[in-house]
Amino acid sequence: MTARSGDVSVIKLASGAIAIMAFATGALVLMPYFTLRDTPPPDGLRPYTAQELRGRQSYIANGCIYCHSQQPRDPGTAPDMARGWGRPSVPADYVYDKPHLLGTMRTGPDLLNIAVRQPSRDWHLGHLYQPRAYLPGSIMPAYPFLFERLTGDARDGEVSVTLPPEYRVEGQRIVARQEALDLVAYLLSLDRTYPVVKGEVAP
Amino acid sequence: MQFSVGLLLVTFLGSVAALGLFLWSMSRGLFGAGEAAGRVIFASKEIGLVEEPAATTAAAEGALQGVMNRTGHTGEFAVLTPEEADERLLLDESSRLPVLLALSGAVAWLVIASVFGLVASIKLHAPDWLVEQSWLTFGRIRPAHLNAVAYGWCSLAGLGVSIWLYPRLLRTPLVGSRTAAAGVVLWFIGVTAGIGAILAGRSAGLEWLEFPWQADIPLFVGGTLVGIALLRTLQRRTVPHLYVSVWYISAGLIWLPTLLIVAKWPGIHFGVQQAAMNWWFGHNVLGLWFTPLGLASIYYFLPKVLGKPIHSYQLSLVGFWTLAFFYSQVGGHHLIGGPVPGWLVTLSIVQSMMMIVPVVAVGVNQHRTAWGHLSALRYSPTLRFIVLGGMMYTLASVQGSMQSLRIVNTTTHFTHFTVAHAHLGLYGFFSLVMFGSMYFVMPRVMDWEWPYSRLISLHFWLVVGGFAVYFIGLSIGGWLQGMRMLDAARPFMDSVTVTEPYLITRTVGGSLMTLGHLVFAAHFGVMLLRRGTRREGAALLRRPLPTPRSSARLATDGGVP
Repeated sequence: MTARSGDVSVIKLASGAIAIMAFATGALVLMPYFTLRDTPPPDGLRPYTAQELRGRQSYIANGCIYCHSQQPRDPGTAPDMARGWGRPSVPADYVYDKPHLLGTMRTGPDLLNIAVRQPSRDWHLGHLYQPRAYLPGSIMPAYPFLFERLTGDARDGEVSVTLPPEYRVEGQRIVARQEALDLVAYLLSLDRTYPVVKGEVAP
Repeated sequence: MQFSVGLLLVTFLGSVAALGLFLWSMSRGLFGAGEAAGRVIFASKEIGLVEEPAATTAAAEGALQGVMNRTGHTGEFAVLTPEEADERLLLDESSRLPVLLALSGAVAWLVIASVFGLVASIKLHAPDWLVEQSWLTFGRIRPAHLNAVAYGWCSLAGLGVSIWLYPRLLRTPLVGSRTAAAGVVLWFIGVTAGIGAILAGRSAGLEWLEFPWQADIPLFVGGTLVGIALLRTLQRRTVPHLYVSVWYISAGLIWLPTLLIVAKWPGIHFGVQQAAMNWWFGHNVLGLWFTPLGLASIYYFLPKVLGKPIHSYQLSLVGFWTLAFFYSQVGGHHLIGGPVPGWLVTLSIVQSMMMIVPVVAVGVNQHRTAWGHLSALRYSPTLRFIVLGGMMYTLASVQGSMQSLRIVNTTTHFTHFTVAHAHLGLYGFFSLVMFGSMYFVMPRVMDWEWPYSRLISLHFWLVVGGFAVYFIGLSIGGWLQGMRMLDAARPFMDSVTVTEPYLITRTVGGSLMTLGHLVFAAHFGVMLLRRGTRREGAALLRRPLPTPRSSARLATDGGVP
């Protein structure tokens, strides 16, 4: 008798645990899957180029997501628009994003429209090399490993960084590695300022 | 707007109805055993007898028994017969290999993870420190810290304690000790590979899911092997009832692989849907993996040390099922205000509030069990960690529910406040409970007492003090950061500069915690080598041999033997 009631509770336990998990998965994973999978790409959004995708990998590898979100919020929630971060984003803005990079932290500002606020490649390269040369008080890490410090004659096709005078070292060139160029190409692709239909805005 | 309010109401009423249905079915006995199940962790006449292998001297265990005799005398026999003690020795013996492997691995990861965390913390106020190597950049060290904590320290500690608990809970020697040991080793290899991949820049990119799928394979296989050993033990059980800890651990072992499979399924997740999935996973791995393992430990060690059954066994089952149901749906609250469907966020907010039900169930149960015996904390290191950890569980959960409310979330989201909250759960609750559990388990596994009782106290005060500094500092900093960020009249940079003193405070707290972990790891190492002061305390099952005569004396004169 006792053994039997024990068996019943094992079965109850397992089936209850699985049923509950199935319910939650249905609500939080499957429902969004079915409601969002047919989202058409907006007219103003083009797929990433190969270089931008490489840059996106670099964004992931170096953990930019741990300080930067990519989801401007609506004016009722936060003054993101007033800061020039762009309109509230909608699911259609992310149709080409695999994996998603929405982020959960704003140690630094939102980047979904960084290309609009800061369209200069030189600025981005210099800022990656030494953020404090451009934004005093910034706590963003410097990324010198994305660059080479060279002396001597410039090579053909190299992209060197123009730092503000007080950060320059005499006779030394700061040359962007390919990874830095890719990363900046990705950052310069981040522009979701095209209009979207109002109905597409998440309630 | 009206739609949202309607949805809110419907979800809420639905949840309350589900809760009512569950309570009704339990009152009809559909969920089994009742109070008798609460006694299965004790031998036939053991209630009233304390068990605390980490009691630092024989006198301390005597004093602990004395406290319970004064405050909790149940009128029962308080006897562990020599036969029962021998049986328990065999049970503890059966799981030695996998438990030792898992706990040693856990301690190794604890130390590594602490160093990662400390480096990441310093980098936030010294951004030009250690920038020349890519693997040391903040964006790699930080996820390495998180994953080393979650899958290295917490999971291995949870697995080790669970493997040790199963034979005791089911009164059956572990079946397949080597299978479980192989599983633990594979798990360790998976974590090592995953952390290596993150540092090498091969992260998969999703928070809590950074390990590339190749590293998840040994994790998955290893977890399955441990699961097989535990399942086979479960099939051979000799107890008439399943104790609630078995429910928690077994369910956790069902839930974690399900979560991993869905989250890692290649090629199906995209964009915003993936973000929803990400937080379904991120929160469930906390609520349906770490929380069950932590609560399983509390539900065993708290009554076992005190020699007194849990206050209400039925209530612990209410806590179990409501935790499962409500917690599994809260993930969406990480996307409040984000570009996700409104109903999803609403559902998660409602269930986050409903989480108060299981939290109160657990809180009341612990409180009613421990209340009146708080002086026992003086003599029991296990209790000290576990009771405090249990209180942190209540605190973290209530705070989590509050943070899901839009009005609070708007300020705290995207800030260090959330980071502090995460540490309250995984450190204040889970890690403290694991420390307490390991203080109990290790003497039984090694058949050797903790050599230096002062190191236990030092460990306790360093981590508790350090964590208090960490949590309070970072919570204040995070809140101020959120306030500045919401103030359109201030430049964004204000929200950065305001946090600086608090980020330094966090480094101070984190350093103390790390120091505490080093003390613990050193003590653990000495224990593994069976070095240090050999003490002949009451902690070892073989030595105290509480014969009927001596226990009866204990129970009547209530003093040190």
